[in-house]
Amino acid sequence: MEITPGQAYGFFTDTSVCIGCKACEVACKEWNQLPGNEPAFGDGFDNTGSLDAQNWRHVKFIDNVPDQPVAVGQGKAWLMMSDVCKHCQHASCMDVCPTGAIIKTEFDTVFIQPDVCNGCRDCIAACPYGVIEMDANTKVAQKCTLCYDRLQGGMEPACAKACPTQSIQFGPLQELREAAQQRVDVLHSQGVTEARLYGADDSVYGGLNAFFLLMDEPEAYQLPNAANAKLPSRNNERGYLATLITGVVAVLGGLIALRRRREGSPEPAEVPEGVPEGQGV
Amino acid sequence: MSLADAEHFVRDPEWTWYILFYFFLAGLSGGSYAIATLLRLSNHADEPAARIGYYLAFPTMLGCPILLTLDLGQPLRFWHMLVNTTPDDMGLNFKYWSPMSVGAWALVAFSVFVTVSFFEVLVRDRKIRLSITDRLVRVLDGVLGKLWNIVGAILGLFIAGYTGVLLAVSNQPVWSDTWALGGLFLASGLSGSAALLAWLAHHRRDAQYSAAGLARSERLFQVLELALIAVFVVTLIPLGAVDQAFGFPWVLLWAVALIGLAAGLRGPGVGRPSVSPDGTIAVRAARAVAAPSVGLVLLGVLALRAAVIFSAQ
Repeated sequence: MEITPGQAYGFFTDTSVCIGCKACEVACKEWNQLPGNEPAFGDGFDNTGSLDAQNWRHVKFIDNVPDQPVAVGQGKAWLMMSDVCKHCQHASCMDVCPTGAIIKTEFDTVFIQPDVCNGCRDCIAACPYGVIEMDANTKVAQKCTLCYDRLQGGMEPACAKACPTQSIQFGPLQELREAAQQRVDVLHSQGVTEARLYGADDSVYGGLNAFFLLMDEPEAYQLPNAANAKLPSRNNERGYLATLITGVVAVLGGLIALRRRREGSPEPAEVPEGVPEGQGV
Repeated sequence: MSLADAEHFVRDPEWTWYILFYFFLAGLSGGSYAIATLLRLSNHADEPAARIGYYLAFPTMLGCPILLTLDLGQPLRFWHMLVNTTPDDMGLNFKYWSPMSVGAWALVAFSVFVTVSFFEVLVRDRKIRLSITDRLVRVLDGVLGKLWNIVGAILGLFIAGYTGVLLAVSNQPVWSDTWALGGLFLASGLSGSAALLAWLAHHRRDAQYSAAGLARSERLFQVLELALIAVFVVTLIPLGAVDQAFGFPWVLLWAVALIGLAAGLRGPGVGRPSVSPDGTIAVRAARAVAAPSVGLVLLGVLALRAAVIFSAQ
């Protein structure tokens, strides 16, 4: 595949064929030289935990198996999803970043410039997907770069290259969207009606360059749905307006409080030294 | 509608002690400068108290950039808030939609006003006696001086209040569920500043005349603060975030904040000036300007910010 600057690229992650092998996690760590973390074995297969500064890919294992026995053929499968930065069109992290460290690249992906970031951490809270975290060593925010360096070299991202089931597909965004819609149509024709696309249209943060085929509601994967996908700046105007009204009331009230005292009490005979000329009313 | 249904919050920014004390000092510095300007513009007899305000705004302002810088992961890159160092896109950094970006510029501008006013009052109080400084200060006489103070006061009010707006756009429960934090922090900063100025005025003989007015304005700011706390609660109710903001142990901090408010609000007419037979001003020793009372008010200002900052993360 020829990778051309100026064209929008992304991931289409088809969770219906993810087998949870974590090859994507390993490939990502290896290419990006991310430190491996101590595995934490709980009661599931997820020993990564979450996306963070060390894990730019995270295979979620979502236990969708009912606790009670069910009849043959009525059981539900585990949901597996290789999660990653969504490279949002309206990126919350980019919205709040005060330094200009978070940029859109020539491939329409979202990239944190490590030498520009000063570690203010505003983007960490802003991201509704919990993608960004501070790197303990470099003390700057880090996340998936969509293998910016590989794209510049004409190579596809490491995770997509390593995925053995083609659950993670990389390519021009428009082509991926068409392929994703075809895949949904096939699944629906096979009776898998719960299959749906997430982030392929502009209903969530203006569209996601890394979008997904999900096998359940977005909430089942801890993803915001279209109704609650809001940019952090939503409170800007109301917040400033409330501050402005408070300021006006406080200034007027303060002046009245000081003037009331003047009317009720005589002024001191002593005039302070160095009163600025023309000051006072 | 529950909080989880309404919005999606995942990870907190770990803004803790440095940010707490920055918000506290920003409130005091901005509030002091604004009140000092109100005093100066109100009455020439309030000039000594106004000078206390300009003095107070300076050290409190000095702490702000230090705390902000220490909070950064890369403190030596503090200037990246102002200058975009992106290769091929170098230039000044200003994002009007980002309160952090606007706040960084406002703090720089405010520090210029605070510093100039600080040295101005040093000269006027004859703490600096140089002919060149005398000449420079005379530039600030008249309309130019008024304009300087008014612009500085507007910046001060902004510095005291924008911190709340910053939280409101930082995508955390509680913070993002209300639009009242900017006003609340502003009112709180003003009330703390007025309490501190009233107490300091009581200790500067020629400023004692202003103590009563300051105490009265302090009570007004505290009434405003109480009203905004009520608005804050009301805005959290629909999203079910009240428990998170006021649950244990944060309720203890809110209790301290309310005790601080009560300390400032109690008793009408405290600090009222009276005239002695020989015509000199005698300010009644007032409970409102007693040191423990002022301490409680300031502790309340700090506790309010701590409750808001820590309960959400």
